[in-house]
Amino acid sequence: MSLLIDDTTTHQDPQAQLGGDHRIPDQSRAARHRSFDVETFAVPTGREEEWRFTPVDRLGGVLTDEPTQDREGDPAADYEVRAPAGVTVGTLAPGEAPRGTVLVPEDRGAAVASRNTTEALHLSVPADLELAEPVRVQVEGRGAGRRSNAHYVLEAGRHSRALVVLDHTGAADHTGNLEVIVGDGAELTVVSLQRWDDGAVHLAQHEALVGRDATYKHIAVSLGGSIVRMNSNVRYAGPGGDATLLGVYFADAGQHLEHRSFVDHNAPRCTSLVTYKGALQGQTARTVWVGDVLIRQEAQGIETYELNRNLVLTDGARADSVPNLEIETGDIAGAGHASSTGRFDDEQLFYLMSRGIDEANARRLVVRGFFADIIAKIGVPEVVDRLMEAIDAELQLTMVSQPTETEG
Amino acid sequence: MTTLEIRNLQVSVETDDTAKEILRGVDLTINSGETHAIMGPNGSGKSTLAYAIAGHPKYTVTGGEVLLDGEDVLAMGVDERARAGLFLAMQYPVEVPGVTVSNFLRTAKTAVDGEAPKLRTWVKDVRGAMEALRMDASFAERNVNEGFSGGEKKRHEILQLELLQPRIAILDETDSGLDVDALKVVSEGVNRVKENTGLGVMLITHYTRILRYIQPDYVHVFVGGRVAESGGRDLADRLEEEGYDRFLTAGV
Ligand SMILES: Nc1ncnc2c1ncn2[C@@H]1O[C@H](COP(=O)(O)OP(=O)(O)O)[C@@H](O)[C@H]1O
Ligand SMILES: [Mg+2]
Repeated sequence: MSLLIDDTTTHQDPQAQLGGDHRIPDQSRAARHRSFDVETFAVPTGREEEWRFTPVDRLGGVLTDEPTQDREGDPAADYEVRAPAGVTVGTLAPGEAPRGTVLVPEDRGAAVASRNTTEALHLSVPADLELAEPVRVQVEGRGAGRRSNAHYVLEAGRHSRALVVLDHTGAADHTGNLEVIVGDGAELTVVSLQRWDDGAVHLAQHEALVGRDATYKHIAVSLGGSIVRMNSNVRYAGPGGDATLLGVYFADAGQHLEHRSFVDHNAPRCTSLVTYKGALQGQTARTVWVGDVLIRQEAQGIETYELNRNLVLTDGARADSVPNLEIETGDIAGAGHASSTGRFDDEQLFYLMSRGIDEANARRLVVRGFFADIIAKIGVPEVVDRLMEAIDAELQLTMVSQPTETEG
Repeated sequence: MTTLEIRNLQVSVETDDTAKEILRGVDLTINSGETHAIMGPNGSGKSTLAYAIAGHPKYTVTGGEVLLDGEDVLAMGVDERARAGLFLAMQYPVEVPGVTVSNFLRTAKTAVDGEAPKLRTWVKDVRGAMEALRMDASFAERNVNEGFSGGEKKRHEILQLELLQPRIAILDETDSGLDVDALKVVSEGVNRVKENTGLGVMLITHYTRILRYIQPDYVHVFVGGRVAESGGRDLADRLEEEGYDRFLTAGV
């Protein structure tokens, strides 16, 4: 006798080529159009495969090929870069290597960001340097609707070790590209926090090239903004690379939070783990996760797993979850995926409350419990603390808007 | 001394769009230190009685009252009932992913007592209660009921009974699905709490087996959503021999 309504589709297939419930895309992910030329990307109508979940009519000016709307003494977005000693901070013009060597725009948003960023921020961690403190890039949008373009190039030298936190607050119509080169044997963690105010629109392409035996972790945390649409992509420069793409999101009424990932297994004996978890509450809260994995012929002995779970806290919210797995070689160590969207389970609430725990605390326990495993994987204390606070604050909202039904 | 009084309790359950009447006037009084066995066939409404007293939202009380020392239990929220001293060991305990047993127990203890337990004595109490129930220490770091075997779930319910120290406990088929060894361990746990705290117990069961280990003061036969007959231990012995047929054919 469970009150749980769970349209779970969980599936794991180590020999994924034997079938499964993942979608085999009509067109290989590898064939996606990529170009620096904005004109080659039409303004999306919403009927395109890549845009079918996005409310394109609400995107505002974010796809227009326009420079950043800076005014005298009043930039569209404030940037603050804090880099520990040893990290080089500079700029790169379009076409100035390594800019453009890893990231080629895959949609119109990334193309306009690239074209309209004349000086890309270039952060470089020298070889063998292990940073004790994170590199921070603080981006604060200074007005909803104002166009803002950004492109960052991040290089982690061979055997270096670094944590980079990219933090977005305020509001703007922001397109942001992040181009990441992880040197051989390097260990790099990139955290992208989307803590925007309500009016913000944010499109992003984060593209990483993972070196031989290197470890790359990308963590997307999306809490604020009207629309966030983030692509986190990875490919490998040699064998032995390890990529972990993590995401946590919490959507409220009126928010559209979309995360797409693409792991291009183009080298042998690499591993990838993609885990995104999200909660939704409120009318029209919307989340999308699309996880593409391509295992090419040359990617022998690789191992990949992707997982997306969504927790729907109230009626009227909707989560889409689409794993895509393309496998071109039979010689792999493992490939699997799982995806599910479930309603908040009132039985769990009842169980906890029947032990004296009040409703607010019981809800907090259940939702924190839902995120517990991914939070353990994140492993960056400042991010974990922020996230916990944010989850508690979000739940405060549900408590106010939802009178308790369990009493009486 | 605590008294739980159930008077003419009527309860229905929402199914699709109709309300199905299940409890048709239950009368029962349980005092501290007393053990009342509720025995009845499947589907007679035993779990419904347990859930209704605990305040499960799926069950609607359509008549009657439940009083704890004169206080109106039905007016209390689910959590308030627990804080007032009621405890339900569930027939099917619920999994709570990502919440560890130790976190859960500490949160529940804090809620029931109104203050956080003293760390040192608490750790000792938890360890002692787990050892007594033959639960491995690693259990505390597992997620609540997640991947527990049937027996582990029941031990975990009794662990909570030992630690939360309620005044009246309803044990809903705590015996079902347990092998003899586990049944003994769990029964000893219940007897220990009874001895130490003067707990009043409503022991819901389908079989007489558990009554070898937990002595009932009263036995009630539960059929068709009400108490059909009450008696002492000997009534259980009769049921053991005759089954429930006599009550079923008597008609409802
Ligand atoms: N949540 C529920 N939804 C629908 N029917 C229920 C629900 N709970 C109980 N019932 C029905 O009520 C009757 C009594 O069930 P229950 O109280 O579980 O009996 P018992 O515990 O004695 O086996 C049964 O007919 C059962 O199908
Ligand atoms: Mg039952």
